[in-house]
Amino acid sequence: MSCDEKVDCGRRRLLVATAAAGGAAGVVAVVPFVASMLPSERAKSAGAPVEADISKLAPGEMMTVEWRGKPVWIIRRTKEMLDQLAKLDEKLADPASDKQMQPEYCRNGYRSIKPEIMVAVGICTHLGCSPTEKFRTGAESGIDPDWAGGFLCPCHGSTFDLAGRVYKSKPAPDNLEVPPHRYLSDARIVIGEDTKGA
Amino acid sequence: MAASNYEKFKSDGTMLGNLTEWVDARFPLTSMWKAHLSEYYAPKNFNFWYFFGSLALLVLVIQIVTGIFLVMHYKPDASLNASGVPVAFASVEYIMRDVPWGWLIRYMHSTGASAFFIVVYLHMFRGLIYGSFRKPRELTWLFGVMIFLALMAEAFAGYLLPWGQMSYWGAQVILNLFSAIPFIGNDLATWIRGDFVIGDSTLNRMFSFHVIAIPLVLVGLVAAHILALHETGSNNPDGVEIKKRKDERGIPLDGIPFHPYYTVKDLVGVVVFLMVFSVILFFMPEGGGYFLEYNNFIPADPMVTPQHIAPVWYFTPYYSLLRAVTFPLFGIDAKFWGVVAMGAGVVIFAFLPWLDRSPVKSIRYRGPIFKVFLAIWVICFFILGYLGVQAPTPGRTLVSQICTVIYFAFFLTMPVWSKLDKCQPEPDRVTFR
Repeated sequence: MSCDEKVDCGRRRLLVATAAAGGAAGVVAVVPFVASMLPSERAKSAGAPVEADISKLAPGEMMTVEWRGKPVWIIRRTKEMLDQLAKLDEKLADPASDKQMQPEYCRNGYRSIKPEIMVAVGICTHLGCSPTEKFRTGAESGIDPDWAGGFLCPCHGSTFDLAGRVYKSKPAPDNLEVPPHRYLSDARIVIGEDTKGA
Repeated sequence: MAASNYEKFKSDGTMLGNLTEWVDARFPLTSMWKAHLSEYYAPKNFNFWYFFGSLALLVLVIQIVTGIFLVMHYKPDASLNASGVPVAFASVEYIMRDVPWGWLIRYMHSTGASAFFIVVYLHMFRGLIYGSFRKPRELTWLFGVMIFLALMAEAFAGYLLPWGQMSYWGAQVILNLFSAIPFIGNDLATWIRGDFVIGDSTLNRMFSFHVIAIPLVLVGLVAAHILALHETGSNNPDGVEIKKRKDERGIPLDGIPFHPYYTVKDLVGVVVFLMVFSVILFFMPEGGGYFLEYNNFIPADPMVTPQHIAPVWYFTPYYSLLRAVTFPLFGIDAKFWGVVAMGAGVVIFAFLPWLDRSPVKSIRYRGPIFKVFLAIWVICFFILGYLGVQAPTPGRTLVSQICTVIYFAFFLTMPVWSKLDKCQPEPDRVTFR
C-alpha cells in the first residue's frame, strides 16, 4: 500500500506497528497452551524403579512387572534356550546389539547381566504393541519350522528371539529395549536403576 | 446470496406478521430463510445420490444430541476403581446397565459413528461420479475434505474414550506413528500423549478434543460447506449449470425451491435411513464386531496386547495404505513413509478439482476410461478396506501394495487420461432418468 496525501502516513505507520506488536503478543500467548500439553511434573516423576521377586520363577518361564506404565518381562532361560541364541546370528537384524537398546553391561550375547535371566521392556520397537510369548519351538509354534522360541508381535508380525533381538526384514527396526536393572540378591531384582545410580 | 437477502418482511397486521417484521428489523430472518430454503433454487433432477448430504447433517445432529447426554454420565478417568476396573471403562458399563435408557443413547452414538462414515463415503462418491468437485465448486469440495479429516480425528478421539483393549492399543499404534517423523517424532508423540505412555492425560485430552474442540471445528466447517454450496448453487447428475438458463425473473429454468420440494424429498430419505438405522441399533448394535469391536469389551490393559488388533471398519482402507509401505526410503524408516501414504491417501482428494481435466463433469457423459478406472479404484478401495481388518501375511501385503499403487495412480494420472477420454456431448438442460 502506498502512502499518498489521502492517507495520514504517521497514523498508518502507528497502526501497522501496533497491529504487528499485537500479533506477536498473540503468538506468544500460544506458548502456555502448547506447553500445558507436555508431560506434567507428576508424569515426569512417575519413573520410580520397581522391585521384583524372581525366586519363584521356574526355568523356561517368564513374569511381567509394570515399570513406567510399560510391561517389563523377566525370563529365566533354560540351558537349551541359551544354546539356541548363538546360532541365530544369520537371521537377526542386530545380533551383536550394536544399537544402544541396552545398558553397556548387557551388551553381550545374552543381552543380560546373568546369562539365564533376561530382562526386557515388552514393547515392540515398531508401533508399541506388546509381543506375545512364543516359547514353543519348531513347527508347533505356528511361526516357522525352524522357530527357536521367542516373541511374536500380534500387530504387524515382528519376531524377536529369547534375547529380545529382532529378526531381519520385519517392521520393527530395533531389538527390544533392556531397561537398566540390578540385583539386590539372587531372588530380588530392581528395574529402572543400576549400580551406578544406586 | 441473492439481493433478496435484504428484503424485509412487511406485516399484514396479524400478530405473527408483526412479530416477523419486528425480528426482520433486527435480524435477517426472512432473507436467510429465502436465501437458503424457500428461494434457494436447486436443480430439479436430483436422484438417489442426493440424499446423503442432508443425511450427514441428520447424523451430525444425532451425534451431538446423544453426545451431550453421554457426557452427563461418562468419566474420562484411567485410574482403577475399587474393583480394579478403569473408571472410564466402568462408566461406559454404568451407562449401558444402570442409566435409564443409557444403553439406547450409547448405542445411538456408537452406531451413529459408523452411520456417519457410511453416509459421508456415499456423499463423497456422489461428488466423484457427478463431478461436483469441479469449478466453480472447488471450495465446497475443499471444505468437504476438511470435514472428512475432522471427522476422522473426531472418530479416533472418541474411540479411545471407552478405554477398552482396542481403544488403548489402537491409540498406542496410531499415536506411535507420529514418532516415525524424523528428528521431532518422539517429542511430538510425547506431547500428543501428554505422558511417556498412553495414560490418563491422553484419555483426558482426547475427551476434550472429542467433546469440544473438534465438534466446534466440524460445525463451523459444515456451515462453510453449505454457504459455499449455496453461493455457487448445487451440481446435479447431468453436471450442467442450471444458472446458464434463467427465466425473466432470473430464476433458473431447471431450478426448484429447496423448500418445500427438497425438504419433503429429503424427509423420505430420513424415514428410510431411520428404518435401517433402527434395525442396526436394536438388533445388531455391535455390527458383527465391526461397529463395536469385541476386544473393546475388555478393559484396557497396558501389559497385554490383544491377539488381533484392527481399526474400526471406516479406517481400514487407510490403515492398509499405512501397512503397505514395508521398505525404507531415502534412509528414513518404512513406518514414516507408511504414515505419509496414509495421510496422502486422504489429502489427495483435495487436489481433485485440479487433477480432473475432462470437458464434462458427470459420469453420464464421460468416456469409458473414467468408468473403467473409477470401477477399478472402487474395487481397490474395498480390497484395502478388507485387508485392513485381516492379519498381514506376505501375500496380503503384496495385494495391498498393488492396490495402494492403483489408489494413487488413479489420482496422479488423472490429468492425462481425463483429457484423452472420449466424452459425449453434455445436454443443454438437465434430463430425467
